[in-house]
Amino acid sequence: MSSPPSAQALLAAYQTIPGRFDELSGGGQQPASHWRPLIQQLQRTPVETLNQRANSVAAAIAADGVTYNIYDDPQGVSRPWEVDLLPLIISAREWQGLAAAIAQRATLLDRVLADLYGPQQLLEEGLLPPALVYGQPGFQWPCHGVVPPGQRFLHFYAVDLARSHDGNWWVIADRTQAPSGAGYALQNRQVISRAFPAAYHNLPAHNLVDFFRGLQDHLSSEAPSGTEDPLCVLLTPGRYNETYFEHVFLARFLGFPLVEGQDLTVRDDAVYLKTLQGLQRVHVIFRRLDDSFCDPLELRADSVLGVPGLLAAVRAGKVLVANALGSGLLESAALFGFLPGIAERLLGEKLAMPSVATWWCGEAPALAYVLKHLDDLVIKPANAGIVMEPVFGYQLQGAKRTALIEQIKAQPHAYVAQEWVRLSQAPIWRADHDAPLTSRSIGLRVFAAATDKGYAVMPGALTRVAARDGMEVISMQRGGFSKDTWVQAHRPGRMASLAKPQLTVKDLLNAQRDTPSRVGENLFWMGRHTERAEVTARTLRAAFSRIATNDEESEDALIGLRNAAYRLGVLHPPADDEPEQALQPSLLAAVTDATQPGSLAFTLRALALNAEHLRDRLSVDNWHLLNRLEAPLGRAPDTPDRAIEVLNQVMLDCISLAGFAMDDITRDADWCFLMVGRRLERLVNLCGLITVPLSAPPRHREHMLEWLLEVTNSSITYRTRYRRSPELLPVLHLLVVDRSNPHAVAFQIEQLQQELPEIARAAGQLLPPDISLPVQRLQRLDLRAFEGSGNEKACEQLSSDLAEIIQVAYGISDEIQRNCFSHTASTQYHWNPA
Amino acid sequence: MTIARFHVRHDTTYDYAYPVSESHHLLRLTPRTLPWQTRLEHHIEIDPAPDLRRAFTDSFGNQITVVQYIRDHTYLNVNSECWVDLAPRPRPTAQVATQTWEAVRDILRYQAGRPLPADRLQATAFRFPSRNIPVGDSYRAYALPSFSPGRPLTEACRDLMLRIQNEFIFDNEATDTFTPVSEVLTQRRGVCQDFTHLMIACLRSLGLSARYTSGYLLTHPPKGQTRLVGADATHAWVGVFLPGFGWLEFDPTNGICPDQAHITLGWGRDFGDITPLRGVLLGGGEHKLDIAVTVVPEEEFAQVYVEGDTYLPVLPGL
Repeated sequence: MSSPPSAQALLAAYQTIPGRFDELSGGGQQPASHWRPLIQQLQRTPVETLNQRANSVAAAIAADGVTYNIYDDPQGVSRPWEVDLLPLIISAREWQGLAAAIAQRATLLDRVLADLYGPQQLLEEGLLPPALVYGQPGFQWPCHGVVPPGQRFLHFYAVDLARSHDGNWWVIADRTQAPSGAGYALQNRQVISRAFPAAYHNLPAHNLVDFFRGLQDHLSSEAPSGTEDPLCVLLTPGRYNETYFEHVFLARFLGFPLVEGQDLTVRDDAVYLKTLQGLQRVHVIFRRLDDSFCDPLELRADSVLGVPGLLAAVRAGKVLVANALGSGLLESAALFGFLPGIAERLLGEKLAMPSVATWWCGEAPALAYVLKHLDDLVIKPANAGIVMEPVFGYQLQGAKRTALIEQIKAQPHAYVAQEWVRLSQAPIWRADHDAPLTSRSIGLRVFAAATDKGYAVMPGALTRVAARDGMEVISMQRGGFSKDTWVQAHRPGRMASLAKPQLTVKDLLNAQRDTPSRVGENLFWMGRHTERAEVTARTLRAAFSRIATNDEESEDALIGLRNAAYRLGVLHPPADDEPEQALQPSLLAAVTDATQPGSLAFTLRALALNAEHLRDRLSVDNWHLLNRLEAPLGRAPDTPDRAIEVLNQVMLDCISLAGFAMDDITRDADWCFLMVGRRLERLVNLCGLITVPLSAPPRHREHMLEWLLEVTNSSITYRTRYRRSPELLPVLHLLVVDRSNPHAVAFQIEQLQQELPEIARAAGQLLPPDISLPVQRLQRLDLRAFEGSGNEKACEQLSSDLAEIIQVAYGISDEIQRNCFSHTASTQYHWNPA
Repeated sequence: MTIARFHVRHDTTYDYAYPVSESHHLLRLTPRTLPWQTRLEHHIEIDPAPDLRRAFTDSFGNQITVVQYIRDHTYLNVNSECWVDLAPRPRPTAQVATQTWEAVRDILRYQAGRPLPADRLQATAFRFPSRNIPVGDSYRAYALPSFSPGRPLTEACRDLMLRIQNEFIFDNEATDTFTPVSEVLTQRRGVCQDFTHLMIACLRSLGLSARYTSGYLLTHPPKGQTRLVGADATHAWVGVFLPGFGWLEFDPTNGICPDQAHITLGWGRDFGDITPLRGVLLGGGEHKLDIAVTVVPEEEFAQVYVEGDTYLPVLPGL
């Protein structure tokens, strides 16, 4: 039996690829000196151990929940992030040049933005074609003339680099609006530095923490906050974004609340965060949302992700948006050819790092060149907002090639062609392969942040690795993975701890203070929708079971149930000139038709949307249950019996949800929102349902009591208590005044009396919503009036009292909505300014 | 030189199905001041009273009124009124007017290192496709019969304008605000917004600078009938850049060059830049929209309105 090869033997067998620069050998025969600490550690380590380390790296990533979302992925949107065991290492000498060149480029791009959104001298002097500004969707016209705080546009910048066979680095792309990847780089570092502690220490490698602290300091110091403590937030498009994990991670690392557009509001040209405790002024928005989505008022009108009025707040100088709105303009590779001239003009310097040769097809001579040399070129969109994978000319033959040429000719201004850089190769470790050490194409994404002393470049990078051997495109969307990137420091730096910073008491207070209103709002509506789903399912089940019986008594009951369904909004009464719909098809539609407001499917959809916003607050079991709530409806029942099966399942699930709410969620202020939502919904539904028999002719009334008990889930209690068929007086006692019945009106009101003050406290309101009227109505109710017969007057009075209670419940719901979630005023306030 | 004086009233009403708790609006309703257009008085009445109201000038020089509500409201009424004087528009000299369209195109073309004077720089802003106006071979092909080699720009544009007026049918059922220009070209129907977008698409596809102008047009009631309040509509037409002169205007809906009947509100690259009212609402559900525009020559003011009908009375001294 042969023993497994040693790491030393594997290194000896490591193959370089002719015509490509190899990062390990640095173009020579032996590994370059800055790789030595890592090589030494590898040589001392058995292959078996390295495999184990690779696996524990993957496990650590999984445990931290690091994911990357792939669009249109049938396996669900979240994929685990992949990082290679072996870091890429860059020597101190080489880094010095790289960092200086990147800082220069960031400085240049910031100046270019200031010019293009200001005086536009570059256009006037003919240094840049107007087509690359006015002809680009990336130029945000409404931002022209807007001077951002500190006159700075670019606060955080990333650049994609590739190394050609001669060892030179080239700029492939600029990321100027909301660069992604720095958080992943930090995450990679946390994991990989632990896999090779000795090599990391002996290199020594630069730490990354200082860079992020610098970014934090910079944003706070430039915040237009006057004497206030600046509040910085991280604005995310939400959990469907491909790099959502990174938004969560960076927000935590930087200590910024993570917010979505709907969490912010602009009042009097200032931006506020809607929290349960009220509006909090926001001074800095570190955004991961693209330019055009940021303000639906002045930018893209169809964006639901942004903040209406944000641009006005920027114009007024009351908020710093990083990067400045409109900075995506410079993500177009079409600009590359003009940058050397612009650098001379604006900085009086030569551009230190060349961009890869790029032809913008909007110029006729460039187009002619591109069509002639297609085989040596890579075709890309001229505007970064356009989603298109790079196309390698040499890979295109036949009809596909003709099609691309036609496409380019039809819209030449939309394309650029770049020289095809044969990417450099770096060693990777494939755990549990026969030949674990092999090489793969890589590219670098390097980050820079503004400071008061110019741009600081993060001493490290996100190295991106091609998914397969021989693959030319490096794309996370196409299965690529990543590497940690170590930059050699001149002397051992302090080993800044990368462990998560420990929480302080201030953090604990902030954690409560910064609960976005969105969380409370969705909990509140989750409570309402769960309750509504349950009562809808019960009502529909009661109706279906009577359709199946088909006798005279059931007929009477069905008349009442139809009215009950109208009351609840589950069915919609016909307009005056329309005939009443056949009952059975209407009821089936009320189960499955998600487009019909009030249907069970509609309510469950709404519930699922609430739950999505609460994902990080719900336990895994709770989440799974919410996830499968809509599943039973997929069977599309077509008979009453089938419908009853489906409804039974939905009811069971709703009961489980209620159980989770009681046992599984911390009883803080947030929980109160869930419970109050549930109470208010149940109160409204109960009052509405009880009104149906009360307002029916007396002879129909008794056939309505049985289903009323069923729908209000009180049949068992009634039966065990009274052992007889339902009669009005005991039913009213059980459903209206009995404080021990969780399905009684009195029970809801009593609970609300306890819970509403909790909500008011959480929201910093002096007075809780007023629930005294329902209390009084219950107090004056005298059930003796319902003894015997001839109690029409009492029925009428109770109906009108219940109607009043419903109005109060709706009023409370609106008040909570306004005071705690949307932070707006009511009309009444407007008309009575006293 | 005779001056024409007009009163314009532009009423917009939104009725929302449900209360709106927060809303933001941009109103582009203030007529610009131009060498031939004087804004004597202007007033925008907004009901309910907004929580915030401000004005600013956008990057095209149009004056915008910003309005914000942070309390429940179920409707929005905007009544914009103005008095404006229109002098005859300036005309290019014979020498300027005879520039060929190719010469104009080449002047606008980028050449590395060739400086762009301010007026040309401004003009190039309107040379490229914008969100609602594409460029392409189909528009070029439609325009070319009017743009024969060596033809003066003014003549070619007038010819294109008349062809659009003759070959397209005015039909306010055929399109809506979001109908793409490509559809207008194939179905040959539409309203002023569509014809203006189409003519601009044609001109930009040839490498010329063209802008979208929004405003009002004085109409004439049918013979024997009196002028009715609300009988008019907002209007749109085309501006084409002519070096050495400025912007020549063409109204492809009516086949005329705007003069003392066209009141200018403002301009942009396309309708999206100069929409009279644009807003973002929280809540509200569906809404009902009513727009009424009335343009009245000064001498008819007293026949159309009695005191109290308008916010702006007859100008003092008349």
